[in-house]
Amino acid sequence: MSDKIKVTIDGIPVEVEPGTSILNAARQIGGDIVPPAMCYYSKLEGSGGKCRTCLVKVSKGSEKDPRPMPKLVASCRTTVMDGMEVQNITSPEVIEARKGVVEMLLINHPLDCPICDQAGECHLQDLSYEHGAATTRYEFDRRTFDRVDIGDKIQLHMNRCILCYRCVFTADQITNNRVHGVLGRGDHAEISTYIEKAIDNDFSGNVIDVCPVGALTDKTFRFKNRVWFTKPVEAHRDCPTCSGKVTLWYKGEEVLRVTARKDVYGEVEEFICNTCRFDKKSTNDWVIEGPRQVSRQSVINANHYDTLQPLPVIKKNPELMQANKEQFERATKF
Amino acid sequence: MGRKLLLEHINVPGINTFQVYKEKGGYRAVEKALKTMSSDDVVEEVKKSGLRGRGGAGFPTGMKWSFLAKPEGVPRYLVCNADESEPGTFKDRYLMTHIPHALIEGMIVGSYALGANTSYIYVRGEMMPQIRILEKAIAEAKAAGYLGKNILGSGYDLEIYVQPGGGAYICGEETALLESLEGKRGNPRIKPPFPAIAGLYGCPTVVNNVESIAATVPIVNEGGEEYAKIGIGRSTGTKLISASGNINKPGVYEIELGLSVEDFIYSDEYCGGIANGKRLKAVVAGGSSVPILPANLILNLANGDKRLMSYESLSEGGFATGTMLGSGGFVVLDEDQCIVRNTWNFSRFYHHESCGQCSPCREGTGWMEKVLHRIEYGHGKMSDIDLLVDVSKKIEGNTICPLGDAAAWPVASAIRHFRDEFEWHVKEPKLALERNYGLARYADPIEIAEEA
Repeated sequence: MSDKIKVTIDGIPVEVEPGTSILNAARQIGGDIVPPAMCYYSKLEGSGGKCRTCLVKVSKGSEKDPRPMPKLVASCRTTVMDGMEVQNITSPEVIEARKGVVEMLLINHPLDCPICDQAGECHLQDLSYEHGAATTRYEFDRRTFDRVDIGDKIQLHMNRCILCYRCVFTADQITNNRVHGVLGRGDHAEISTYIEKAIDNDFSGNVIDVCPVGALTDKTFRFKNRVWFTKPVEAHRDCPTCSGKVTLWYKGEEVLRVTARKDVYGEVEEFICNTCRFDKKSTNDWVIEGPRQVSRQSVINANHYDTLQPLPVIKKNPELMQANKEQFERATKF
Repeated sequence: MGRKLLLEHINVPGINTFQVYKEKGGYRAVEKALKTMSSDDVVEEVKKSGLRGRGGAGFPTGMKWSFLAKPEGVPRYLVCNADESEPGTFKDRYLMTHIPHALIEGMIVGSYALGANTSYIYVRGEMMPQIRILEKAIAEAKAAGYLGKNILGSGYDLEIYVQPGGGAYICGEETALLESLEGKRGNPRIKPPFPAIAGLYGCPTVVNNVESIAATVPIVNEGGEEYAKIGIGRSTGTKLISASGNINKPGVYEIELGLSVEDFIYSDEYCGGIANGKRLKAVVAGGSSVPILPANLILNLANGDKRLMSYESLSEGGFATGTMLGSGGFVVLDEDQCIVRNTWNFSRFYHHESCGQCSPCREGTGWMEKVLHRIEYGHGKMSDIDLLVDVSKKIEGNTICPLGDAAAWPVASAIRHFRDEFEWHVKEPKLALERNYGLARYADPIEIAEEA
């Protein structure tokens, strides 16, 4: 008898290891039924449960105790039980609650996407596109903070922060000393280094990668380009401190920025060190492996090497298909 | 005259000292428990008594104690939640100030029942005098041999420590309290695991309210069955009620559960009626986080029967026509009070106290406060009222801890029962700044036919 347990998410059954969270079970199925997650990060212990975007409805607790759970639960922090039945996008209640959460996340967000370096790879942007309303019901001043440079390489733009605590967990678990944290309470809580202390650590740059929004940005890439105009390329180098496996983001010949390799959920595969991230910005420093597939459904992959497949709907339109093909050839010629 | 179990000797001079407390029959429960009962017997007595948590949720204390995991070689803790900061509730402070030994005695009995050798009293940071009183009481008890090693020759060791909090309402939530006690930021934990499995320092822990712990003393003295005879139905025993607002005699009263609300407000033994001969408009029956009820619904149930001071009777009718006993913070509002202003005030409190961990509560409490402020100061719109209801619904039930619910319920219930007054504020902004809406029809008898 296998010790795997069976769980059904939106009518799709899957067998997972005991102790798996609902979110990770959903990720094993993949596709639209995966709840969005703004604060959960599988590589960071203790993360999750805070943003409430991953709320799902448990319509059947387990085989033993089939009662539904009374409230919506955070799928990232709820472990599956044998025979559990979960509703995500098939439950209007969940969609309504998620819309509410997205609205709450946006009321104090500056919505300065046109000048935000994260635009294009921002989870909040994707989420609000999917769930948010075109207008806001919030008619008051948004909370504002001054921009702060924490160290010479990282800039903190607290206005954009959604207090996911990911960067706090990163500093706790990846680096050997954490000098920043959350100060204050409620909607005036802020990420801060207390007395403007610089974050100075070999792995501090990873807070940029884990930030789901544009609150922590790379100063060496600041205002250099829009991410969707840059082309990701996988590369590695022999690095004494980290794995050296990165994604280089090219614009023409120039490496504009270096990030860790992110998967479909925006989580890095391996954390990288600051030397790789900030200092090695020349093709000579790296061994190129090939184009990086960006599997996220986002504007970020719009202009990339070989993802420009004609959309199925266009197949009905031969003219557009031809135009698309020509453009694709033009784009990949270089 | 109702029976007094906790406050029986409250007026005896010097009852705050060990000497007088002992002379009045104090520490009998410790001797009885340690010398004649096993720890399981004590848990059994508390279970039989039907005592329900006095901190707000009303979860049966005996049940909570029996859920405690007891793995070998791992310490267990009893933590007393004295972080009383609910607006309108001040019973624990009263108890700790005047009879600190009742709490210490309860702590010894409770710790013995749970097998805890170290127990903590987490006191709200603002209660500095009470912290000193408790520390003095602990020192007295220790000097008399009721604390420390080998208490009364029973072989049972216990140390009690008092820990001042940093002054955050959220630290009254049990898991946030444990985080704070561990020296971390007071953010509520995500449950499960519950504290009974992994609480303080990852060890099994029981967190109880001050009054619940003190109530175990009469239970052990008289036996659980005797205690269960007091009260009504599943609401057994006596309860401390912090009465405040527009009444003639504000203060802390010990009532037998099952007393009618009308008697509690109007009898001379308790609140003594509404002050200055005014009329009753509304009551917040269990501290700021429970739904507010208008005069007609607080005195009578929807079916016309009298509403009683008990867990069941106060919540009769659910959210439509009921409220909750909560922590027993009984706030009375007379006809001159403005419900909108009161709701805004509560909302301001929750905005200030939200920990900011999960998004709906962090953003929603501030939003509600701003909208209520706008209505109160005459800039409201009709659509704001429905907006408030919608925002409160988006918060309720979608947060990690109950603070989100606590912030949503007062707003939702105020609009449910006092919508006329909110609309009046929007329609007559100038008038609303000059005078109050008044009693209107909030005290009129309920039309029972409507419920059929």
